[in-house]
Amino acid sequence: MTEASGTYDELVTEDLPAWQRYLSRISTSFTPVILIMIILVFAIHERASFLNARNFNDIIIDSSQLVVLSVGMTFVIITAGIDLSVGSVLILSSVVAAKVMIALSGTPQDIARFEFPTQGLGIPVGLAAGVATGLVCGVANGALITRLRMPSFIVTLGMLGIALGLGQLLSGGTSVPNVPPSVQTEIGLRELVGFDVAGQRVRITPPVVIAYSIALIAAVVLNRTRFGRYTYAIGSNAAAARRAGIEVDVHLIKVYALSGLLAGVAGAMDLMRFGTASVGSHQSDNLAAISAAVIGGTSLFGGIGTIGGSVVGAFIPTVLRNGLVITRVQPFWQNVAIGMVLILAVYLDQRRRRAEERM
Amino acid sequence: MALSVETALQPVLEARGINKHFGPVHALKNVDMSVFPGEVVALIGDNGAGKSTLINVLTGVLPLESGEIIFTGERVHFSSPHEARAHGIETVYQDLAVAPHLDAVANIFLGRERRQKGVPGLLGFLDNARMRRETDEQLSRLRVRVPDLERRLVTLSGGQRQGVAVARAVMWASKVVIMDEPTAALGVAQTGMVLDLIRQVRDTGIPVVFISHNMPNVFQVADRIVVLRLGEIVAELNPKTASIEDAVAAMTGSSRFSNREVATSD
Ligand SMILES: Nc1ncnc2c1ncn2[C@@H]1O[C@H](COP(=O)(O)OP(=O)(O)O)[C@@H](O)[C@H]1O
Ligand SMILES: [Mg+2]
Repeated sequence: MTEASGTYDELVTEDLPAWQRYLSRISTSFTPVILIMIILVFAIHERASFLNARNFNDIIIDSSQLVVLSVGMTFVIITAGIDLSVGSVLILSSVVAAKVMIALSGTPQDIARFEFPTQGLGIPVGLAAGVATGLVCGVANGALITRLRMPSFIVTLGMLGIALGLGQLLSGGTSVPNVPPSVQTEIGLRELVGFDVAGQRVRITPPVVIAYSIALIAAVVLNRTRFGRYTYAIGSNAAAARRAGIEVDVHLIKVYALSGLLAGVAGAMDLMRFGTASVGSHQSDNLAAISAAVIGGTSLFGGIGTIGGSVVGAFIPTVLRNGLVITRVQPFWQNVAIGMVLILAVYLDQRRRRAEERM
Repeated sequence: MALSVETALQPVLEARGINKHFGPVHALKNVDMSVFPGEVVALIGDNGAGKSTLINVLTGVLPLESGEIIFTGERVHFSSPHEARAHGIETVYQDLAVAPHLDAVANIFLGRERRQKGVPGLLGFLDNARMRRETDEQLSRLRVRVPDLERRLVTLSGGQRQGVAVARAVMWASKVVIMDEPTAALGVAQTGMVLDLIRQVRDTGIPVVFISHNMPNVFQVADRIVVLRLGEIVAELNPKTASIEDAVAAMTGSSRFSNREVATSD
């Protein structure tokens, strides 16, 4: 075997113009750089209200659902697929969770008096029903993609509509009222660990613990287990994986099921955090989750990606929104900025992939 | 000379009356081919002759249309390449069938990952150290050098990737090794290494089916040469007596070797 000359980056970028070569090299490490730049801009601009422990605590709490969605999205994108349905599945899951929770927490008369005598049963079963709803949507996505040989883009776009429509039907198109408030006060906002930093209270709440535990477990699974290895192998070369005896279709169903399950978990977290299931928000969560993964270095062409990158990527939309609100700029600029960063990230990834193919 | 040996032995792998169509293209026409223990069979033919198709049918990549496959004396049906592998038939496919974003060890163990002992293993935790060690042992036993076992294959040259695919096949084969143009992207030195490897494998009694366009290589290593033209076996040559010109003539159909009987009788 001949020795490869130079490093990977030199090999794959050798025939690109200089400025693109430069961009390609920083593309894998530019996520943290962008994040730090965003933080710096806000910190300089609005030092007192942005740069403090309380606000960073808020950012971490706010990022929790997006982190969970991005973890699922990372697995899907590594297999060279996409899941556009996560935001809608989140909405449907939280509506189902709220409805089941209310139904099991007391008689209609109790609920009308805003009393929840059996909420000890209703709350856990409701949350579980929300998670199960996500799982069902994910399995349906995976089964349709693999059995009907349909592009994931189309199937999950269909599921986006189906889940959103069902959520609107179930909720009557508005926020679900009469959710037992303890789901928020006793669970979502519960201070599991709290400490003071420079006179400000920092609180670790269940959504934060859930999100980061999931991210940690997912990182271990992706790096250390056969499940993770097959995920990369399928995204890298599905035909080779098949020839190696990997049950590609079964694995893909599991990956979409995982993404759906995590969207269900994020739906349950939504209910915990806000005490209601709202069908109005989360409609651009798929954009945010895909951006988080791709900005974090996951390749839309498959075979490449890390959970750590996606977690850092998930902070970018969250920090942007937080900072824009604090600096009293219209927070809608967040979507504009994320869209632009996404296009840049995909462009860099595409350059890298084309360069690889030229070898 | 080869004939007397052949008659004494049972073929390890035998194709009988194989046909394959791709739409209007009759890619394989009643192909019969046998592979005997301890021999190197070269399968040669022009581009599009059907060599890769034959390999794909034999190893379960493509379904069998008509005809039969006999493996160690029994009729078999491979519905996937994995089943062929489970029977000890290893193949270096022309497209290599590697996962370029995984490293050499992960590719070599793809589909046969070693898991850790006990509970972590049940949870699917990989024993990367063990896979690495076993790869090292096997590759040094076979005297194969792969530059850096922990580099993703995208960072290797085409030849190095081919080396990994060849190493994987040789490492796992217990009955037959099939190599579809394994030296196409290799330089002289690396090609020499693969030819050595083919001889080594043959010397352990495992037959090798070797597909190549390089006639000097074919004549260097083959015990028997089978010529495929337009989906038909048109000649079987003994490299000891036939010449490269004979082989080329049979491949292109420009000469006396238009039927098998003429070709096989020395
Ligand atoms: N998957 C396929 N679909 C359609 N035609 C094919 C396919 N694979 C091979 N062929 C055709 O079958 C014939 C034999 O091809 P192949 O086995 O690849 O030849 P070789 O390996 O000898 O160069 C060619 O005419 C080729 O175009
Ligand atoms: Mg071929």
